[in-house]
Amino acid sequence: MNALEAEGLTRRFGGLTAVADVSLSLALGELHAVIGPNGAGKSTLVNLLAGELRPSAGRIRLGAEDITAWPVFRRARAGIGRSFQRTNLLREATVFENARLAAQAAVFAPRRWLRAAARDAEPIERAGLALDRVGLAARAALPAGSLSHGEMRLLEIAMALATRPAVLLLDEPLAGLGPEEGERVAALLRGLARDHAVLLVEHDMDVVFAVADVLTVMVDGRVLERGPPSAIRASAAVRDAYLGHAA
Amino acid sequence: MIVAGRRGHLLMALAAVAIACLPLVASNYHLQLASTALVAAIFALSLQLLVGAGGMVSLGHAAFFGIGAYAVHLLPPGLSVLLTLPAAAGLAGAAALLVGAMALRTRGFFFLMTTLAFGQMLFFVFHDTPLGGGKDGVFVTRPALELLGFVIDVPRRDRPAMLLWLNLGLLVAVYALLAALMGTLFGHALRGIRANEDRMRALGYDTGRIKLVAFVLAGALAGIAGHAQAMADAFVNPEMLAWHHGAEALLMILLGGLGALHGPILGAFAFVGLGEASTLITERQRLVEGLVILAVVLALPRGLAGLGR
Repeated sequence: MNALEAEGLTRRFGGLTAVADVSLSLALGELHAVIGPNGAGKSTLVNLLAGELRPSAGRIRLGAEDITAWPVFRRARAGIGRSFQRTNLLREATVFENARLAAQAAVFAPRRWLRAAARDAEPIERAGLALDRVGLAARAALPAGSLSHGEMRLLEIAMALATRPAVLLLDEPLAGLGPEEGERVAALLRGLARDHAVLLVEHDMDVVFAVADVLTVMVDGRVLERGPPSAIRASAAVRDAYLGHAA
Repeated sequence: MIVAGRRGHLLMALAAVAIACLPLVASNYHLQLASTALVAAIFALSLQLLVGAGGMVSLGHAAFFGIGAYAVHLLPPGLSVLLTLPAAAGLAGAAALLVGAMALRTRGFFFLMTTLAFGQMLFFVFHDTPLGGGKDGVFVTRPALELLGFVIDVPRRDRPAMLLWLNLGLLVAVYALLAALMGTLFGHALRGIRANEDRMRALGYDTGRIKLVAFVLAGALAGIAGHAQAMADAFVNPEMLAWHHGAEALLMILLGGLGALHGPILGAFAFVGLGEASTLITERQRLVEGLVILAVVLALPRGLAGLGR
């Protein structure tokens, strides 16, 4: 079954249609990448799926549930994790505290509000696992603000992971990374796709073609083409509209 | 916002013991002055839950203080303080629930303005309607100090000492409550919201609800401070609800330190002490106060609480 499914998603801003009639499905164990030139509507699409924006038309389903009208926090609790294009951390808190705060979100029911955080073992353990998975365990005690740019991107992903999502929406996780760090994140993405449904928005074409199972190419808010990387690379329409510019 | 460590709490406990011993050495006038500072500290501490912990700067917080004080006027006279105090907290908390449910739809500057507007509306309810008993204020009967059916009858000359101990006990209780709260999952969530609310929502936190609960709790605690003031003065007055009273509490927080839970306590004592000291040297009390506060805020960005670090 598809983990997350969008049907006919449309979002207008005044006269501008940023996302037009986009349908898309994410399956567990699959890395689905969305590419397209700047202004193609990729970030708007992520914001629609995460709930930051309401669609002008269309429906979104998570498993069997229609979540179109759900607010951000409810979607997050139901299993949609996301990382942000711009690094969005609590800079004064330590790396571990950032991850723990994310893990605490998953257990934050009113009857547990008054539980002492220092004695709540579950989020502490989950935070540790998430940091382990992205390779930041050794940095756990440092203030998040002191990390390198690449490490901050990894912490972003760790925070999304610590909420134990089924679906991961990753908005340009490689933005601003050098080739070495980029490779590290790419390997991580590959691993994450094994036990999550991953939507990846990314500009680095080498990485996208290396890690994606399915590619959706967006231009002007519309889906131009969809298919496995080999088919996309061979597509004349895509080359004309997009890849041609880059090459 | 940080909570003091073991050493800080030891120092605070020593200071509390010293204040409790004041009746042995100080005049009744100075005991009353200390009580004023204690009540101001409770009020500023309640606002710190919004400002320092949750990042919600409110200019209407005095309304809840005033409602707590006016609860003493609105309730039948002669009731036990064990009834009036929870009633004051409950009334102030209920008002905060109504105001918060609407004001928390806004953020930042707009939240400041919305809380100001609601605060002034409540001010005028007590200023201009028969409910408040007149714009000049009204004398109230002090709630009875009744414990388990025993009425403690305090002779007039011992009253300032008794009120001092009462207010000290309240301050310690409110501080202990908030210090414990900051270590809970709720406290962590609140601090996260102050740092980055959008991020917290994307993690799955219902930030609107968390902020509303904090707002109601802060309102109820302000109501406790207001009740303490009415108890001390046997008098309530619409000025207690006025926005500049809330702004004074914000000044105390700035003075004491935005980044530490105990900052407002230091700030309240410094503010009351400064006011008293400046009346001794000049008639232009506000001018001296203003200049000193300006100097402290410029010289100590972390407030007085930052001195020890």
